[in-house]
Amino acid sequence: MEEPLFPPKRISYVEAIVQAQIEEMRRDERVILMGEDLSVYGDGLIVKSFSPMRVWNTPISENSFCGLAVGAAMTGLRPIVALNIASFMYLASDQIINQAAKLRYMTGGNMKIPAVFRCSMFYDKSIAAQHSDRPYPMYMNAPGLKILAPTSPSDMKGLLKSAVRDDDPVVLFEDTSMWTAKEEVSTDPDFLVPIGKAAIRQSGNDVTIIAIAGAMKPALAAVTALQGEGISVELIDPRTLVPLDKQTLLESVAKTGRLVLVDNANRTCNAAAEIAAIVVEEAFESLKKPVIRLSTPDVHIPFSPALEKPLYPRKEDIMAAVKRLM
Amino acid sequence: MNLDTQQQLEAYRRMVRIRTFEEEGTRLYTAGRIPGAYHASIGQEGAIVGACMALRTDDYITGTHRSHGHPIGKGAKLDGLMAELMGKKTGICKGRGGSMHLADTSVGILGESAIVGGGIPIAAGAAMSARVRGTDQVSLCFFGDGAANQGTFHETLNMAAVWKLPVIFFCENNLYAITTSVEKSHGHPDIARRAHGYDIPGVIVDGQDVVAVHATAATAVARARRGEGPSLIEAKTYRFDEHQVGLNTNNDRLYRAQSEIEHYIANRDPILLFKGVLLKNGISGTTLSTINEEVASEVARAIAFGERGALPDPSEVYQNMYVNPINYPPLPRGSRL
Repeated sequence: MEEPLFPPKRISYVEAIVQAQIEEMRRDERVILMGEDLSVYGDGLIVKSFSPMRVWNTPISENSFCGLAVGAAMTGLRPIVALNIASFMYLASDQIINQAAKLRYMTGGNMKIPAVFRCSMFYDKSIAAQHSDRPYPMYMNAPGLKILAPTSPSDMKGLLKSAVRDDDPVVLFEDTSMWTAKEEVSTDPDFLVPIGKAAIRQSGNDVTIIAIAGAMKPALAAVTALQGEGISVELIDPRTLVPLDKQTLLESVAKTGRLVLVDNANRTCNAAAEIAAIVVEEAFESLKKPVIRLSTPDVHIPFSPALEKPLYPRKEDIMAAVKRLM
Repeated sequence: MNLDTQQQLEAYRRMVRIRTFEEEGTRLYTAGRIPGAYHASIGQEGAIVGACMALRTDDYITGTHRSHGHPIGKGAKLDGLMAELMGKKTGICKGRGGSMHLADTSVGILGESAIVGGGIPIAAGAAMSARVRGTDQVSLCFFGDGAANQGTFHETLNMAAVWKLPVIFFCENNLYAITTSVEKSHGHPDIARRAHGYDIPGVIVDGQDVVAVHATAATAVARARRGEGPSLIEAKTYRFDEHQVGLNTNNDRLYRAQSEIEHYIANRDPILLFKGVLLKNGISGTTLSTINEEVASEVARAIAFGERGALPDPSEVYQNMYVNPINYPPLPRGSRL
């Protein structure tokens, strides 16, 4: 085994991102990092550790620097592109959806695009509609991409490392409501979390809760509180939205017969909607009650905290939904 | 950096190959044997071949929706291209790409973007990759006058200039973005001028003169290989056919005059012009007609190859989506598959 690069200790979700990138860049010289303001913001450690040929501090040209990453990925590099705020990814959608996602297919498998597009979802932070989107459902609708939404430091590190080693384009949605969460994370340079595998955060028998990305935080709190009231919840984190680990999700629903989905994305066609449709199509006979979906309504995120705070599903909403199914 | 006699004959052969391939393709398309949309580059062969002759096989190019000529100019074999046009399993992209996406990676084609301007940053990314990998490969990006108005053009020229990437931005200015003239859509009709804003060379060349295009491209390629950065070349050229075969956008001569088209076909045909140069240089007419005949049989063989290829099986539709495949959803109920 390779020597660990980092001492074992509890690290945050943000530190997990930095560790994953440094380990992978150290392991494979084809891995490069691209993005805006890399030299100053959180990735300062990376800039100090690698030559300028490995770290490309880009102008504000999201679509084109993602296009450069696609061209670089086709020709032997493995770029990690940091897009900062998730809504900036819209600017790069032509290169991510029309090029990265489609080129392997359109060329009959003549090429591969091993690129990782990272972005952070900032919301519940009073930064208004253009900085607060949770757009993973839109990208789930673009075949050819793999979509990750990790919720713990360990999963962040292991999934990001898997993404860098994967030969397909991967879009990683970081949820900043998880940034400060800390836990002990493996320092094994080959520690990986497999893409396409859900995690059962807590086993239970009465109700299944599937929580996406940042919705995991209130869901965990709700599960603990419900336990105190004698309700046994199975809490599942899909971790990967494409490909979805349908087997784990369906097995849980088959066991409990009750399902609450919690998703901070806008309600229409979100990840919860897709999972609900899959459960209804493939496990309808197991359901004892209708599926409940808790989501952010189809509204723009307002600036004033007084307007924004009530929009996202809270612990109390999740508890109430579970009780409605009992 | 001038083309020697053998290279001149090779350039002539590639130009005739593009012309013949596209004329035969047009015939097959009109007869319903090629599905989809068909954009011919007839009239632009001098620009395409001149640029490609300045490149090595391991150099990269990106193309456009009008891109039958680019892989042929770069040296691709015709069989896989023709089979692809026909949607066959034996096509270069196994029937997944078609006319607008003839990606023969064996000659350095990085794909052809049917999103106007989409290939520009990809070409620069390949140049960046060559730099990081420490090779002396260069990347040449074909795009049209329409793409010069896309954000990717400006964003990518800027990044390539900042980082001195070994990329050549090669604009085939055929004067019309479908039906919109350069005059009506560009602040100044000379796209090459835009290079100055990024402090890189911007050169205009007669795109109907393959020798001149080659010399201009070779200078830019050498500069890129020396690590001195990108160049913008604007080849003034002309599309003889309509934007898309069968799409008669100009029935009423609304956007370009019949006399203009006739003038270009009669006086500015890059193959006829080059033929004149070759004959003047002492190449015999027999040599040239032998090349024409050889190309004609090559194209006929490609058509036969395409015709006898099998259509892809619908059960293979998910193939090549991912390198590491994922679990695909079952096909809808009632599906034949």
